[in-house]
Parts: sequence; C-alpha cells; structure tokens
Amino acid sequence: MTQVNRLSGGLIDRSQTLSFTFDGKRYRGHGGDTLASALLANGVRLMGRSFKYHRPRGVLSAGSEEPNALVELRTGARQEPNTRATTAELFDGLEAKSQNRWPSLAFDAMAINDRFSAFFTAGFYYKTFMWPAAFWEKLYEPIIRRAAGLGSISLEPDPDSYDKGFMHCDLLVIGAGPAGLSAALTAGRAGARVILADEDYLPGGRLNAETIAVGTQSGSAWAAAVLAELTDLPNVRVMLRTTVIGAFDHGIYGAVERVSDHLAVPPEGKPRQILWRITSKRALLCAGAIERPIAFANNDRPGILLAGALRAYVNRWAAAPARDVVIFGNNDDAHRSAVDLIAKGVHVAAVVDTRARAIARGEYELIAGAQVIGSAGRLGLSRVEVRLASGEIRRIDCGALGVSGGWNPNVHLTCHQRGRPVWREDIAAFVPGPDGPVGLRVAGAAAGLFSTAETLSSGSAAAVAALGDLGISARAARPPETEDAPVAITPFWHVSGGKGRAWLDQQNDVTVKDVKLAHQENFRSVEHLKRYTTLGMATDQGKTSNLGGLAVMAELTGQTIAETGTTIFRPPYTPVALGVLAGRARGKEFRPVRKSPSHRWAEEQGAVFVETGMWLRAQWFPKPGETHWRESVDREVLATRRSVGICDVTTLGKIDVQGSDAAAFLNRIYANGFAKLAVGKVRYGLMLREDGIAMDDGTAARLAQDHFVVTTTTANAVSVYRHMEFARQCLWPDMDVQLISTTESWAQFSVAGPNARRLLQKVVDPEHDLSNAAFPYMACGEITVCGGLRARLFRISFSGELAYEIAVPTRYGDAMIRRLMAAGAEFDVVAYGTEALGVMRIEKGHAAGNELNGTTTARNLGMAQMMSRAKDSIGAVLSEREGLTAPDGLVLVGLRPVDPSQQVLAGAHLMIRGTVANAANDQGYITSAAYSPNLGYSIGLALLRNGAARIGEVIEAVSPLTGLNVEVEVVSPHFIDPEGERLRA
Amino acid sequence: MHDLIAITPLGSDVARQDRVGALTLTEVPDWALASVAARPGQEDACHAALTAFLGATLPGPGHAVAGGAFGAFWTGPEQWMIEASYTGHQDLAGEVKAVVGKNASVTDQGDGWCRFDLVGEGLNAVLERLCNLDLSRMGSGSASRTAIEHMGCFVVFRSAGASVSVIGGRSAAGSLHHAILTAMRAVP
Repeated sequence: MTQVNRLSGGLIDRSQTLSFTFDGKRYRGHGGDTLASALLANGVRLMGRSFKYHRPRGVLSAGSEEPNALVELRTGARQEPNTRATTAELFDGLEAKSQNRWPSLAFDAMAINDRFSAFFTAGFYYKTFMWPAAFWEKLYEPIIRRAAGLGSISLEPDPDSYDKGFMHCDLLVIGAGPAGLSAALTAGRAGARVILADEDYLPGGRLNAETIAVGTQSGSAWAAAVLAELTDLPNVRVMLRTTVIGAFDHGIYGAVERVSDHLAVPPEGKPRQILWRITSKRALLCAGAIERPIAFANNDRPGILLAGALRAYVNRWAAAPARDVVIFGNNDDAHRSAVDLIAKGVHVAAVVDTRARAIARGEYELIAGAQVIGSAGRLGLSRVEVRLASGEIRRIDCGALGVSGGWNPNVHLTCHQRGRPVWREDIAAFVPGPDGPVGLRVAGAAAGLFSTAETLSSGSAAAVAALGDLGISARAARPPETEDAPVAITPFWHVSGGKGRAWLDQQNDVTVKDVKLAHQENFRSVEHLKRYTTLGMATDQGKTSNLGGLAVMAELTGQTIAETGTTIFRPPYTPVALGVLAGRARGKEFRPVRKSPSHRWAEEQGAVFVETGMWLRAQWFPKPGETHWRESVDREVLATRRSVGICDVTTLGKIDVQGSDAAAFLNRIYANGFAKLAVGKVRYGLMLREDGIAMDDGTAARLAQDHFVVTTTTANAVSVYRHMEFARQCLWPDMDVQLISTTESWAQFSVAGPNARRLLQKVVDPEHDLSNAAFPYMACGEITVCGGLRARLFRISFSGELAYEIAVPTRYGDAMIRRLMAAGAEFDVVAYGTEALGVMRIEKGHAAGNELNGTTTARNLGMAQMMSRAKDSIGAVLSEREGLTAPDGLVLVGLRPVDPSQQVLAGAHLMIRGTVANAANDQGYITSAAYSPNLGYSIGLALLRNGAARIGEVIEAVSPLTGLNVEVEVVSPHFIDPEGERLRA
Repeated sequence: MHDLIAITPLGSDVARQDRVGALTLTEVPDWALASVAARPGQEDACHAALTAFLGATLPGPGHAVAGGAFGAFWTGPEQWMIEASYTGHQDLAGEVKAVVGKNASVTDQGDGWCRFDLVGEGLNAVLERLCNLDLSRMGSGSASRTAIEHMGCFVVFRSAGASVSVIGGRSAAGSLHHAILTAMRAVP
C-alpha cells in the first residue's frame, strides 16, 4: 500500500520507513509519524466505531484531546485498549486494531443501534433499566457493557514494569510550545533550576503545526534551536513524552513520563512509564489551547476534523486526510488552514465562514455568512451541504472538512484545586481564573493569549515574575519578530436545521438533542447536564465537547455562558495506566518484607512462614512424616512443656527508654505502676489509649536506674513507639527521657520449658549465676554468652513454663539459634513457631491481640487489680467512664467443650442455654481458640458478660451463619499451671 | 573471645556487591552505629565530649561529618548517630557512653540497621527513583532521613553525586537491596 495522501515536507524522517498493521492490513509510515498521521497518509480515514451507536469515526484532532480514534495497540499481554491514535508514536512492527466493532470496522453489526437511536437518548438507561432492581447487576449491566465500546483487555498480567520518581525545581514549565520554550529559556539563562515538561515527543507545540516564522527561522526550527540551548544548560531538565497530569498541594505536580511507549518492547530492566512527583517552588502553565468544533448534522463522519488539526497533519506530518477539502469556521484562524493546505498542493474547494463580513486570506473561494448544515458519504466524507446566506443549499464534494469554532485555553490544571475559569467575551473562551493553585502562573494560549508574539513574550514575562518571587533576578530577552494577529471570532456553537443528529461529545455519543432533552427534563445545571447526558464523562473528559454542550444549555436557559459555568476539572489531565500508579509495588514487592535473624536457619528447617506486621515468622516447623499442621504444632507444644523449646521473638517491638525521668515517664505511659521497679527486674505492663481502652501490652525491663527496655507486641511496635514519642515531645517535653527503637538491634529467642535453665547454662558464660535464687522469675540482666559476646537475659514467660528470653546482637542471631539448638540436643529441644506460641498462651490464659482488640479495657481483660490508683497515667481517667465500669461488663474467661470431641471456635457468640441466638441475648464472644494437646481437647478464651462470676456455667457457643451450636463450660482462663509454679521453678 | 560467626544483613557469610554499568552497590557489614541523645540541660557538655571523641564538630541538621575513626550524622534535635567500623569498635555504644556519661543517652544501633554504599557517576539518577530528596541540594556531607519504598532510611552523602550510604532497617535489608538494585537497572 502506498502512502497515497503523503505530501511533501513535514517534520517526519523519510529516511526511516516503518512498517505497521491496522486491523491486520500492512501499511508504511515514517519516523516522526503518529499512528493517526500514518493512517491518514495511507488514505485511511475510518479508524473506529463510536461508543454507543457504533457510528463510523475517524480522527477529530491531532493531539491528546482526541475523542474518536481510539484503538487497541499491541497484542498479547501488552495489548492496550482505548489508546489515542493521535498520540501513539509509530514504531516498526506496531500492531493496531480498531475496537468496538463486529465483525469488522467497515461492517459493524452493532451499528444497528444507530437505527434505533431514538430509543437511546440521554437518560435512556436510567429510565429503562430501573426495575427490577436485581436485574441491573446480573443482566442489564453485562449486556450494556458488551454492547458499548470500551475495547478489550488481555486479562494477562502486565509484563512491563513502572517506576516512580521524585524531582525538585525552582520553576516547572508545563508545555514546551512557544510560551513554554520562551519561559524555560528565560529561567534557564537566569540560572534557575527548571523542569520543562511536554506530552509530545517533539517540543514546539503549535509551532510544529504552523507555517509561522519566528525571527528569520521557521517556528519549528526556532523551537529546535531553543531546545538545543536548553539541553546544554545543566540547570534545565527537558522532559519529553511527559504529561503533567495534576496539580496537587504545596506546588507538587504529578507527571507521567512514557519512557518506552514508542518502542515495541521496553529494554530489559527499564520501565515502560514513570510517575514523577515534582516538587516545584513555582510553576508555569503553558499548556496551549484546544480547538473546538461546531456542531451540525452528521458532523462526525470520518474526514471531518478540526481545522487546526487538519493543518497540523499537513504541515507537521505531511499527511492529508483527502485531496479535496472544505474549511468551515467562525474565526480568522480557520483561514490559516486553507492557506497552508493550498501551499501544500491540497485543493481547497471552499471556505465556509459563518461571519458575513469574513475576508479571504488567499486564493480560495470564500462563502461568507454561510453554514455547513450536513454531510454525506458512507464510512467517510464525500460531500458537505452548505446553507448560503441567501438560504439556498449548495452541495460541495470533498473528502475532508476542517472545522473551527475557536480555541479553548487549556485551563485544566488551574482548576485542579477548585479554581474556576473566567469567561472572556472578547475571545469567546474561558481563561484561567485568579483562584488557581498557589504558585501557578499561566502564560501563552493557556492564558488566552493566542498570537505567537504574545505567547513568546508572556512566557518570558511570567518566568521573570515567578523567579522574582524566589529572589532570582531574570531578564526577559527581546522576543523575535513574529506573527501577532488579534483574535477575530464571532461565537457560533451549533447549526440549527439540517437532517440528522449534531454531535457534541463524539466519544460518548452526546448530541445537541440530548442537551435539549436534559433541559426539557430540568437537568439544567452543568453538573446535572453532565451526569444526565454523560457529556464530557469519557476518557477525553470532554476536551473538545464540554463548551459546546454548555453553550447549547446557555442558549436554552437564556443565561450567558459565564453564568452557566463549567463542570469541575479533575486530575489526571489525560488517561493514566493503573500500572504507573502502582509503580514497583506489585506482587511480592507490594510492600517490604522483614526477616528475623533466624530466617535463614528456619528456611533450612523447612519452616512454614506467616506474615505478621510485614515480618515473616515461622509458623511451625514440619518434620518428616507430619502431614497436617496440627501434628507439627502439637509436637512443638508437647515437647516444649515436657522439656524445652525455642522460639524467635525478635519481632516483638523493643524501645530503649533512657533518662533521669525514664521511670516517671513509664509510670505515666503504663496503667500499672513502674516507679518502684527495681533495677534488674522486669514487669508486665498494660498501656491504655487516652479513652481508657487497652492499647498494647508488653514488658518493661529496668537495666539501670535511668535505663529501661520496653517490649511491645509485634503488630503494634510502630504505633506504640509513635505514641510514646508523641507523649515525650508533646505532652511532657520537660521530662528528661530519650527514646529509640532497638527492635532490630537484638536477636531475641524465647527458651521455654522445664529444661530451659539447663540449656541456657550451656551457652551463658559461667560467671553469670542462673539459679532460681540468683536469677528469679522476672529478673533481667546484661550477661555474656559463648565466651564473651554481650547479651541480655530476661526471665519472662508467655508460655507459662520456666522461660527466658535471651538477646544477642542481631548479626549473631543466626549463630545463636544454631548454638542453642545444638546445646539443646541432649534435652530433645524443639524449635516452635507462632502457632505453638499461640496454643501455649491460650493454655496459660494470656491475652494477646485477639483480646486487646481495640474495644477492651483492663477490666474486660481481668486486669482491673493491676491498675494503679496511686498515680495518673494515660487513659486512667477515661477508663472509669460509666459503661466501662458496668458490673455486668465483659470479662475474660476460659471455655471448654462439654463434649470433649467438640470444637471451640473463635468468633462464635455466647448464649444462655435455650435462648434464641440473637443480638439481644448475646452474652459475649470467643476471642481465641485452639486445640490443647496437653488437655486433649479444644479450648477457648472468651469475653463473657460478668464472666468472673459464671465459672462452672454451661452456655452455648453459636454461629448462626455456619450453623454452629456447641455447649461449653465456663472455666478459669488459666488452663495450665494456674498457680504459676512452673514459671517460678 | 566468643566463637559465634556473624552473618550480613542480607543473611550471607560475605558482603554482597553488585555492579550495574558505572555503579556499584556494596553491602557494608563491617560497620558499627550508636545513637546519642543529649539530655536536657546537658547539651553543652554532651557537645564538648562528642566533639573531642569525633575529632570533628558535631554536624547540624541535614549533615554528616567524618572524623578519623568515627563519623556522625544528625538525626533529630540534639540527636546523632555515631559511626565506626565494627572491627575494633564492637561496643561502640560503650565507647561513646564512656565519654558522654550522664550527659547523654546512648543506644547500640549497629545491628538494627543495614548499610548499602552506592558508588559511581550517575547515582543521583538512581536515588531520584527511590526517595524524595532534593538531590541537587545534597552536597558532600549531607545526610537525611527519607522513605524508600515505604522503608524509613537514612541517606548519607559521603561525596555528592558519587558516593552515598543508604541505611535502612536490618530486617528489611533484602527489600531495600532489591529496590536499589532494581532502580540501578532501570535508569538509562
């Protein structure tokens, strides 16, 4: 296939011929082409089918505002739907498909919708699919989704990677058109740190699409020269293929850089896209303007595009949609397209100008005071119908129509923080209001300054002003001589009369008639108009359609456009792939993984790991022949209670508390007393939230008069540390206390069981006496092990056995677990995981996270007697609130099944026998449950109403959802060694 | 002398080193760290003792110093980390405590952290994919707390743009190493 509509010149690289396919058919293009320009050059105008009515559509624009030419790019896992052909850079081997058609683009069976369009007007869904309600999710929505065009996805995992990054600058310049280049040059020369970002791969903006000279150069040559200078400046960073997608707080802008989208496959290890967070001191919006169409009957036929886009294709890409062209406009700028097309040898059959006094700018027929009222042609434009000033109808054959209703400044980013644009009557456009994001200025066409001279000087002046805020002095260079035509426009929004629908929003298939219907049904505010008709709700966010829609509404309501206003603009400016928002955080890299010091050793033992607070903890250590986790856990529990077991408890939070007020500080943090804890002793502590609810529990060991080590639960390590830092810095800044986390500094192992002391005596250096007299229950001290390694020893027990926790510097944790296991061989030592730990603590009746669940008080947990009344502490006052002190409150109890073969299940609720299982009769709930291998039956801990007084009562544990109903006996929560003789042995 | 053998933060017997282009990433296990926090009212005495100990002025906010055998970086108001090689300074916290006495609280931190040195031209391109520091402002001797892939880290700029230490929690050393290495491979 030859490039039948390829013209001469342009900014494409003809030395590079690129082969690509569209719907399986092979074409050729050149370096610098977009998919859209290459298709036009190859004589392809039909590129897609519309969303709702499956109308044949071609390109409307030449940029990111494109509503129509949405295609699927690539194949396999990289297939991406809804990609704009106008921004897709051509590469060799590109495979593109049209979407939303069946069986083919030229013959689409779903186009039948168009025949029934009378039924599908705005509000159709709301009115038709109202009832029965249950049908929506299961029946209506799937059918509608299948019929409506959203492209298709591969359902395979995205094979590409995405990065995130951070940049900082004095001045962020958004857009590298004439205003942006001029601003960046001014700021760059002044030495400011500048980032210049543009969504295009070729900087210059409209300069590349126009034939306007800047100084003695063509506009594109001037842009290239400025880019060369900027690239040489070390303080300027030029970011091409980078769309600034949103303006966020404090001068922070989001930007997506398409690093590899112009390549078939990203190079190994390189990201496809990067989401940049740019922290700017000042920002300058030079985003240019977007042309708007004029609505008339059948104005959506392939070949009908914006007049500015038409000359962009001709000038920049040397591609014409057709050889015979008509231009239709209401402003002087439209005439530029005619002049440029003629210069390129394209035949301009006529320029239709709605203004009676329009003047021709070149050698073409001008039909002034006339309107295009209709079009004809199957699958593409072949003729337009023009209503002359006299009222006569004239038909003109043409393959393309360039339409211009004027230009809308790209105000989007100025509105991302609720700024409202302001209507300017003289240029018939909304311009940025004064209430944009702090630190953001606007220059060039985005500010409503449309001549090239104005864009250059405003860009430069805005840069000088922005840098002036920062105390950086910059001088605006004298701008080169260039075009300085004033805006000459007479607003004209839509053609009345004509046969057929006049399209406003081509991506969502919204017509002038739909807006009229919305008005008729009283959806008149722009926000209601938008929701009712879906105007502007497609992925193009109505860049080419919103103003047309609200102008029609203004006409109907008799309000001005300024009074009608716009809907809210929200980020992102253009569609963003979800992958780039996720960055590297996917799969196993979703969040960091924390490994304990014995991880390598545990892996060697075949441990099964569980994630707790990002830590991977050994859950149990299966032995050969064990086929069920319970076998492993039961063995670990029994062996520990029989002789000795070892568990890695490094993950528990450890906070170093020092200072002369350390004891006084802890006395305020914990609900129980700490002031009198002796050096060398450990105490269990319960800390409350300010509202009196239990926050966390742990131990505090006093290593010296002014030095404690506090432990927290694994999951709450960070929140407790934060809580304590808040108290230190904000509540009691006068206290002499210093905090720092030492969680990871120490590898800590629990050594539990009747033989724990004998095992430890083999590794602890002999000068340290571990006898019960010298190192009793709740003792702690700094010791040495294995011939001189400094270590810490705490005699504390979670299992209820004679137990110690021994801590060594983390780097020796691996060696220590190996040494302990070797030393314990003669005692048949076992390693136990978190499951066995859990079983043993339930057997012992120790509360854990399941009980400290954010709703329980010390009273609920059976710890009321621990609360010190001799002092004040966080939560002490509010723990005495009415309701928290009710005599029939929940209290921690133990449960065992009346029939030992029955299972006690956590989560079950407790009912008095014979009562109906409902919320009104609820007596409490089971917080933790386990099979006790020591007792031979299932046991549980529960929070039971007035529990302490109900020991011996038989109640029902129910779960109406699962049909569970088990009779259980209320018992003491201490199933094992209730007197605590073992741990004091 | 005890007979236990240390492993590196990445869980190996030897320090890991990776090279990508001109960049080298090295795990640094021979490294000791101790935190110091001056006690209220004792700041001057603490400063004097530490200055003598370091052989250098204590660094202010956002900075690090390298003395002879010791280095230090600022971590908060009246708080610093003191660095040394582990060889010869196995009880660095004890050494520091001996000089500051009751004027400051000292805590051994060396085993709580892992340190990766990233060296080579173009390392700022790697760092800007990892953390939100204003890198052009980070001269030699800068140090800052920052977040890398959700992990709280310190970045100490030994030589601006040419050599940095990334210091993160030891338990997540694998994740931190993976993040840095991935970014090294991702940059142009």
